[in-house]
Amino acid sequence: MITEEVVDLSRLQFAITALYHFIFVPLTLGLAFLLVIMESIYVMTRKQIYKDMTQFWGKLFGINFALGVTTGLTMEFQFGTNWAYYSHYVGDIFGAPLAIEGLMAFFLESTFIGLFFFGWDRLSPRRHLMVTFFMALGSNLSALWILIANGWMQNPVGAEFSYETMRMEMTSFAELVFNPVAQVKFVHTVAAGYVTGSMFVLGISAFYLLKGRDLPFARRSFAVASAFGLASILSVIILGDESGYELGDVQKTKLAAIEAEWDTHPAPASFTLFGIPNQETMTTDYAIKIPYALGIIATRSLDEEVTGIKDLIAEHEHKVRNGMIAYDLLTKLRAGQTDEQTIARFEQVKQDLGYGLLLKRYTPDVIDATEEEIKAAARDTIPNVAPLFWSFRVMVACGFTMLAIFILAFYFNATRQLERRRTFLKIVLWSIPLPWVAAETGWIVAEYGRQPWSIGGILPTHLSTSSLDASSLYTSIIALVAFYTLLLIAEMYLMFKYARLGPSALHTGRYHFEQAHQTKNTGASEHASVNV
Amino acid sequence: MILDYETLKLAWWVLVGVLLVGFMVTDGFDMGAGILLPFLGKNDAERRVIINTVGPHWDGNQVWFITAGGALFAAWPAVYAVAFSSFYFAMMLVLFALFFRPVGFDYRSKIADPRWRSTWDWGLFISGTVPSLVFGVAFGNLLLGVDFYLDDLLRPHYQGSFFDLFHPFALLCGVVSLMMLTTHGAIWLQMRAEQQIADRARQAGQISLILMMTAFAAAGLWLLISNMPGLHIDHMPAPDALPNPLAKEVVTVPGAWLTNYQLYPWMQAAPVAGFVTALISLFLIRNHRAGLAFVSHSLTMTAVVCTAAFSLFPFVLPSRVDPNSSLTLWDAASSHLTLNIMFIAAMIFVPIILLYTLWTYRVMWGRVTAKQVESNPLSY
Repeated sequence: MITEEVVDLSRLQFAITALYHFIFVPLTLGLAFLLVIMESIYVMTRKQIYKDMTQFWGKLFGINFALGVTTGLTMEFQFGTNWAYYSHYVGDIFGAPLAIEGLMAFFLESTFIGLFFFGWDRLSPRRHLMVTFFMALGSNLSALWILIANGWMQNPVGAEFSYETMRMEMTSFAELVFNPVAQVKFVHTVAAGYVTGSMFVLGISAFYLLKGRDLPFARRSFAVASAFGLASILSVIILGDESGYELGDVQKTKLAAIEAEWDTHPAPASFTLFGIPNQETMTTDYAIKIPYALGIIATRSLDEEVTGIKDLIAEHEHKVRNGMIAYDLLTKLRAGQTDEQTIARFEQVKQDLGYGLLLKRYTPDVIDATEEEIKAAARDTIPNVAPLFWSFRVMVACGFTMLAIFILAFYFNATRQLERRRTFLKIVLWSIPLPWVAAETGWIVAEYGRQPWSIGGILPTHLSTSSLDASSLYTSIIALVAFYTLLLIAEMYLMFKYARLGPSALHTGRYHFEQAHQTKNTGASEHASVNV
Repeated sequence: MILDYETLKLAWWVLVGVLLVGFMVTDGFDMGAGILLPFLGKNDAERRVIINTVGPHWDGNQVWFITAGGALFAAWPAVYAVAFSSFYFAMMLVLFALFFRPVGFDYRSKIADPRWRSTWDWGLFISGTVPSLVFGVAFGNLLLGVDFYLDDLLRPHYQGSFFDLFHPFALLCGVVSLMMLTTHGAIWLQMRAEQQIADRARQAGQISLILMMTAFAAAGLWLLISNMPGLHIDHMPAPDALPNPLAKEVVTVPGAWLTNYQLYPWMQAAPVAGFVTALISLFLIRNHRAGLAFVSHSLTMTAVVCTAAFSLFPFVLPSRVDPNSSLTLWDAASSHLTLNIMFIAAMIFVPIILLYTLWTYRVMWGRVTAKQVESNPLSY
């Protein structure tokens, strides 16, 4: 019997490894396209400095990419090792985008990253640019397929339960791929990655500008990052994935939880800017509200309602009762009572089977659940409001701060007053962590807000785990945390080392530290100019 | 749908094999190079040469492994679920060993400290050795049977323990795969490393190949002499039926893993080809024909994988405690639609992948020397 402890530990392990993996992913997504931009400028202008930029930022890209690959492996293993019933139950749909990701995207990215580093002297500039482009394309296509898989967890379209195989089966590949939730998530996530890459380049370039070294290199890097970053942050905010929240029951519930929207209000709903949500009393204390805003953001209209939590619980209670009937019929079908009437009745209620399975937490037989257990299961469909409410607001606050930074960065750069704005440059440097804070809190909203489901409305999380014992999980969690900590220390050490070193790391003899070195040793002239 | 359900199920059995062989032929040589790294590289410059022969390729190669895992998930979700959760600690062991690869390759030479570098060298050694060994041990355990059963909601339960996996027969299979990938790595280095290292690799490759053949023969004899219990299907639904692993009746029969070779005599070609191509490879390695040896040894690995797969056919994951729960290629498969879509995806992308992969090999072709490594600031 799977205990609550095993479920909690499995969730903890997944959360740790997923959030850790996503430290590296957004930087890969964003930096890859920044490399394409820099190298394109090199190919067009043939100015050496743009090649140096591509190689230097590429070096940092490589340090980051190594851990992205490492931690990505864990994700692929983990569905099988720790979520075996999930894998069986939805592998027919969920596995397909993962496998296609490998075939279409990850192969492309990983094969060409080798040539990106090793091919400089063996390929013409145009060919090498093509390699860099395919690498960036691969990483972005990778995100597409992973988010199609993830989007399906939030809004499971194009699939149906089969009592014969006791699992979900795909009914339409097109619906899976064109799942609107997945599409919105993809745009939002890759654009967030572009912001991360831009903020990273912007912040480190600001550091060189503040130190007054390698100025032509830093200015150009800053310029590329500010323009790309401004475009990206606008996309993230305008195409925020809130627009995906009107689709599917779980998304609606998540939206209500994020907004601490306890009651359904007449449209358009107002947006709670601040407040202290209280799940016990189902009220939000000290709420400060902006009229109309939520209705417009969430439904893109003035006359559609945003359903409140209390109404959602009532709807879900009905679904739980339906789900009990579905489970009862399923038991009969599995026992061989496959007459037409039973099948027909099952087909009518099977869409609510997942809600019936929520009762497994209280009673293994489901059909003997008491009134109280049914009500408890309906209440379980609402995730914890406060962490979602706060995570979301932290994410949005980071987003708008970065918007301000990119607007100013773009403006100061365009008006050539960058080097005078030292306070601003310091702010930019210290803002490097912002995109990561936004990305991690964003994922907490998306995945913690999906609870109690692993597949929205279909499969409860507490049924999805492997049949492991708690000691195995403690062992793997401790080992993973220990190993990951060591890896992160090594990664950060190298990242800081090379970021501080700057383009001198390329050993071209053209940059700051090597020139200082030369001056001392050979007495070479101080004005050894940077070759641009 | 292009193909009927039965054919597709069979096609996916072949395709999983193709991905496995793809993994061994490509990732196999960089894992092998990792295994040989501390022994064939006498100093830092030589070790960097070894690492840089695989430097541009290991990342792409590893995707064969990752895609094989993804394909397993998509085409045989039940196998993915049962195998990964039953072999929990073995899988964790492989995972942790694989952690050393990306960081080992990328971070090792970024700091000059000898202790830092030697730590990562041993990390790369582990990342080659552990997975190679565990894959063979896992195959050995498939033949021995895995202690899992499926309950009536098809939830897998594992009743064995981590240490049960290290049965002497399974370890013998582990030696086969470990020596196979070591040989493959040696041939690669004979072909691509500077002369001094290539000469040492030539010696190492001969030794590991002879050990591989010995272990492969011993495993075959073990199967024969011990009359190892295998599984036999008494009754099962039609091959194109909706997959339900619990719908068949399976019995344990001594020697059953060899019956396929009587039933389908052409299958005997696999073990025979394994030995013949291994001998040819040995001859080619001795005669400094590393390029041809690489091809011939790739065929050896294909033949060895086929031998294991043919012995088990149609089983892919046998259960010892509850034979009826065993998974076959007929009843562990995904739905017709999913298999069909995945089949089309594989038919489109595998040739494209092969094309650009070969192109990258062509661009990087040539012996890697210490001088080259030293002069390129982007070397590993």
